[in-house]
Amino acid sequence: MAKSQVTLEGSEAGFATTRLDALLNWARKYSLFQYPFVTACCGMEFMSVAGPRFDVSRFGAEAPRFSPRQADLIWVVGTISQRQAPALRRIYEQMMNPKYVLAFGTCASCGGFYDNYTTVPGIDKIIPCDVYVPGCPPRPEGVLDGLLLLQDKIARGDRTPGVVKPREDPLKDLVPLGKKKPQKETAS
Amino acid sequence: MSQLVLDRLKTRFGAAILETHSAHGDETAVVTPESWRAVCQFLRDDPAMSFEMLTDLCGVDFPDRLPRMEVVAHLYSISRRHRVRLKTRVGDAELSPETVELDSVSAIWKTADWLERETFDMSGVVFREHPDLRRILMYPEFVGHPLRKDYPAQKAQPLVEYRTEEEAGLPLEKLAPFGPDEGMSFGRRTYTRSEEN
Repeated sequence: MAKSQVTLEGSEAGFATTRLDALLNWARKYSLFQYPFVTACCGMEFMSVAGPRFDVSRFGAEAPRFSPRQADLIWVVGTISQRQAPALRRIYEQMMNPKYVLAFGTCASCGGFYDNYTTVPGIDKIIPCDVYVPGCPPRPEGVLDGLLLLQDKIARGDRTPGVVKPREDPLKDLVPLGKKKPQKETAS
Repeated sequence: MSQLVLDRLKTRFGAAILETHSAHGDETAVVTPESWRAVCQFLRDDPAMSFEMLTDLCGVDFPDRLPRMEVVAHLYSISRRHRVRLKTRVGDAELSPETVELDSVSAIWKTADWLERETFDMSGVVFREHPDLRRILMYPEFVGHPLRKDYPAQKAQPLVEYRTEEEAGLPLEKLAPFGPDEGMSFGRRTYTRSEEN
């Protein structure tokens, strides 16, 4: 028989082996059904992420579900006031396990500058949170970084909260007042 | 143009107009709380006044003044294109509810319904004969009136109990760029009356 057929190494037997939890996590990370809990201006950036230019569907998260029963990822997009907190808590409780939470923007992550009697200082005061995306509002690239971080955590089975790091340190060129800017080192 | 409004108010109501001033084209009249509704009715119905629109109505707390609470209404006449600002002062030093009372003007302008509810919610001014005086911005369980200067601005009254750090398994203080004092440009002072200090 000619060897023209493409075969994978070790797949002559017609099956491959893996661990069940790894397979499940692989399936979960690429089929995130999202519930957008959009309350404020960050919603504009959420629309941008969901739209064709940044296109969150490239990462298998394109299907928004407006019922918490059908969703396994809740995006909390925007400021959560004390008055909204019971609704957010109830929607989180109505979601099926396994469920993931993404805090979209500074207000959802820590309350932002709404540091007063009206606003919940971060949704982690009410519900567990998996990924924080800082920014006011975050750039769509930052949100995609957050989604990739979440997928990575799902694949590893890691439920500790993670914060999206800036791609470039915004403070790296900042020089304290009264200090000289350090000279660039010459290549050695 | 609007100086005419102040002059007409003074001739019509006399001693009920406590003071008037006019700066940069903004005319203001301070009236007694007893004449509040009569002045409003006059300003809307008089053909030379015709203030059809109540732009805004709010309360301002001056902890060092007596009466302590000032209620401000901004009026605009669509047909005559002039404005006037109307103020009145109510309330004793502790702002006990029976002293922070004022006649409702919601029968004169429909807008006043929600604006008076907001003023009640934020400053605790009780409007007599208001059709439905309850909170509009805060939730019914909220205690106190947050725009009074003696309400601590950071004092939240959560409807959902916060998770404890043991439950969450991680510290729940603010994230790195936000310190405990971050957020409010006027700092953390809570105002009280001067003589108590």
